[in-house]
Amino acid sequence: MSPRATASGPLLSVKDLEVGFATEDGLLKAVDGVSFELARGEVLGIVGESGCGKSVTAQTVMGLTRSSNARISGSVEFNGADLIEASDDDLRKVRGESIAMIFQDPMTSLNPVYKVGKQIAEQILAHRDVSDKEARDRAIELLRDVGIPHPERRIDDYPYEYSGGMRQRAMVAMALSLEPEVLIADEPTTALDVTIQAQILTLIEQLNRDRDLAVVLITHDLGVVAEVADRVQVMYAGQVVERGTLDEIFYDPQHPYTWGLLGSLTRLDRPRPKRLPQIAGQPPSLLSPPGGCRFRPRCPHAFEQCAELPSLEGRLGKRSEHADRCWLQPKEKESRRSVDGRIGLGAPAA
Amino acid sequence: MGRFIAKRLVGMVGVLFAISVIVFLIFNVIPNSDPAARIAGKNADAELIARVNDDLGLNDPLPVQYVTLMKEIFTGQLTSYSSDLNVDEQIREGIPATMSLCIGAAIIWMAFAIVFGYLSAVRAGGKLDTMLTVLALIGISLPVFWLAAILLYYLSFRVQLFPTGGYVPLTEDPAQWAYHLLLPWITLAVLFIGFYSRLLRSSMLDVMNEDYVRTARAKGLSERQVRTRHVLRNSLIPIVTLFGLDFGAVVGGGAILTETVFNINGVGLYAGEAIGSLDLPPLMAVTMFGAFFIVLFNTIVDILYAYLDPRIRLGSSAV
Amino acid sequence: MPGGEVPLHLDLSGSAVGLEGVEGRSPWYLAYLRLRRNKVALAFGGLFIAIVLFCLAGPLWATHVAGTDPNTNHITDTIEIGGEETDVVAPNGTPLGPGLHAKYLLGADQNGRDVMVRLMYGGRTSIYIGVVAALVTTFFAVLVALLAGFYRGWTDSALSRFMDVIWAFPVLLLGIALGTALAVGGLKLGPIVIAGDSLWIPILIIGFVYVPYMARPLRGEILALREKEFIEAATAQGKGSWRIMFTELMPNITSTIIVFFTLNIANNMLLESALSFLGAGVQPPNASWGTMIADGYQTIYTAPHLTIVPGLMIVLTVLSLNVFGDGLRDALDPRAKIRLES
Repeated sequence: MSPRATASGPLLSVKDLEVGFATEDGLLKAVDGVSFELARGEVLGIVGESGCGKSVTAQTVMGLTRSSNARISGSVEFNGADLIEASDDDLRKVRGESIAMIFQDPMTSLNPVYKVGKQIAEQILAHRDVSDKEARDRAIELLRDVGIPHPERRIDDYPYEYSGGMRQRAMVAMALSLEPEVLIADEPTTALDVTIQAQILTLIEQLNRDRDLAVVLITHDLGVVAEVADRVQVMYAGQVVERGTLDEIFYDPQHPYTWGLLGSLTRLDRPRPKRLPQIAGQPPSLLSPPGGCRFRPRCPHAFEQCAELPSLEGRLGKRSEHADRCWLQPKEKESRRSVDGRIGLGAPAA
Repeated sequence: MGRFIAKRLVGMVGVLFAISVIVFLIFNVIPNSDPAARIAGKNADAELIARVNDDLGLNDPLPVQYVTLMKEIFTGQLTSYSSDLNVDEQIREGIPATMSLCIGAAIIWMAFAIVFGYLSAVRAGGKLDTMLTVLALIGISLPVFWLAAILLYYLSFRVQLFPTGGYVPLTEDPAQWAYHLLLPWITLAVLFIGFYSRLLRSSMLDVMNEDYVRTARAKGLSERQVRTRHVLRNSLIPIVTLFGLDFGAVVGGGAILTETVFNINGVGLYAGEAIGSLDLPPLMAVTMFGAFFIVLFNTIVDILYAYLDPRIRLGSSAV
Repeated sequence: MPGGEVPLHLDLSGSAVGLEGVEGRSPWYLAYLRLRRNKVALAFGGLFIAIVLFCLAGPLWATHVAGTDPNTNHITDTIEIGGEETDVVAPNGTPLGPGLHAKYLLGADQNGRDVMVRLMYGGRTSIYIGVVAALVTTFFAVLVALLAGFYRGWTDSALSRFMDVIWAFPVLLLGIALGTALAVGGLKLGPIVIAGDSLWIPILIIGFVYVPYMARPLRGEILALREKEFIEAATAQGKGSWRIMFTELMPNITSTIIVFFTLNIANNMLLESALSFLGAGVQPPNASWGTMIADGYQTIYTAPHLTIVPGLMIVLTVLSLNVFGDGLRDALDPRAKIRLES
């Protein structure tokens, strides 16, 4: 946990965020009461399967989900200013300037018809009163910072002339162009090769360390989070099911869903299990989520009490922010989550 | 880029050749277009018909006839069967009027289509969108010649706001030129405004869902910048492609109805007259002329497309 | 709001928002539900049916109300309007205009023929040509798309080049030229003999020229489908080429075909009217709305109703098909899934 978190309140604070989309089949509730805080210089990992609402949460922070069929409530405060109710123009000033975002697919996140340098300069020009030449020089500098070779030449390339990893670097360069305080990285490594993934993560880690950049790292891969995050928040079906420090989540996970995620990690330092464990079943429909605990239909440990939705609270009786949504007794959990000497979802009690 | 253009030009010649052969065959297979009988007159005896056939070279084998015809088209020596007038000259005389009509209409249709399509897309689902959609659908449902007739009847005959047709060359009197062409321009443009505004609308709605548009918003660009620089710019790529094809088609014969009703003596009107008398040489020449424009603009579009969408350029230079 | 006017479209094809839990309903049923909600499209679909019924009722109106068939001249006849004897065609050649009288409800033409009756009969021709030509176009376009998309390679190149050539034809010019030439003596090609005044001449011309417009996009869809696993699976099961084409590929492009077919009828009716207007389409004794305009246009300054009335019928029919086709496309297009609620 970051020691700097308390000085002047959190940098970014999300409270009871709810985001729904009106569809012809009814209201699709993508995010259902999510809260978190992010301190200066901290890395928060948000983890969950696709469709759990983690991306929608991140995009809503930036106001990117605003649309006529979106129903948004709750609050998002950045440096004390609310972003949910902010006017378009105020929001525009925050985007790119104070909070920057990089996306999953660097192939499609850059406009194919403009040169890379132009797209970076465009962001600088949108916020700063500088000449085209100055913006361009800055873009070259940024490309060099993120490790693009020969940036003065590559700046005039089109996105298709870059490799996937270079494109993501260019996206990072763009995000950094105005020295934001928060970087939201939405699955930044998912579309990349494994070796490139590591490079991008290292880059993000460096920026966090060297520039005191706060990062929200969104991923479905706990392995990615393990590399860089200070704190972790696990989401399932639009809700946070567990949150804690990296160590708490990895070594003392409380929610069966977290066990399942940990169990499906391939670990090179352990013998490979006969069959890679996975969580059976599908996430529930967000149009009509099941009553009670949302993980219940897939949970082998479910019992009667699970028909009632557990709240997100600390259940370990210690002074920690480690909280979860599971009715099982902590002692019970310890025995149930152990599968073949490692953490896993386990089989239903016979 | 040079090789890319060269390849397109070769393809263009191939298509033109194929078209000329097909047109030639069609009019030779259809039995009742026997020109000699018509030229020789009603009471012609077999001998006269045979002589006419001989004069026109219609007794030669088909390939020879084809080569002769094409040679005459390209050397400007082709004369009509029915009027003895030089075909190439007639077409050349019609070009200024046809071009005036088509270029003016094209400017109107693209300008209105972009404005309407843009407004429709950014207000999708709203009242303005509904209204523009209805207008567009009406536009594409109007028969061109009927619209021309109705406009002439009400605006030129009843209210007498406009002349009742005809064409004044631009070089003679620019004001009269525009005054005479205004109704024809609108008539020809209406259909395309409807069609293109619908197309731009759906193209923009597609592009709005692209990841790079989200990136543009996340960068802190204003909504107007996002819409013009990123959404509109990328949505225009398919529109420009189609514009080239349609403009070629309009020049190459599509304006015939408008020219007929407004009595504009362009290439279309000439073609209409030639068709009426089943006069093969002008028909051949005009069809070739039309096909030439369609294929030419096809090629220009391909090249322009490569310019608009850098990805294509790479693909072509890699081939 | 930024983008606030536009409903946000989410990609629901994958698992992005967790729709897989929704119980499976067939895409056709979903399309039906969406179409049912689109009142405007339904209203215009209804209008088209009403127009078809109106035209089909032609013989009834002719015998029981108007008392004349569409092609009989009544230049010297008179009818009683408000107790007064009125010429059907005035001595100066001006025909009777529309009015509230059972006979000549929509007036008469220069030959004293009942416009209402002619309108109903002409509509039968126009709609018949539109629909049959659309069937012709669809048949050939689907065939070309299936062959080109399935066999790819050489077959695709040959068919695509051929489509390019037709595409590059000045369509209207070609249509007019063919129409005029064939109208003179009909078509005799080996065993096929078509009379010059047969409706099959405009039908075949119209059906033929639009083939590339439909075949190209369908071919693109087939090419994309061809890459999918289920085709590989069918091949692996040893299914024959034709069976794969018609039982695996065809059903997947059916919704596109339906939309194209509907819109194609509209386009065909417009082309038919244009050809007929120039004398290269429907030939006498048949009449269509296009030929009615061509006749009426001669006297537009004295009897404008002869031009206006059949033209309005064309506009209404084509518009109804266009609006309905548009609604069909929205209903069948899965991207339209998330829509504005209010």
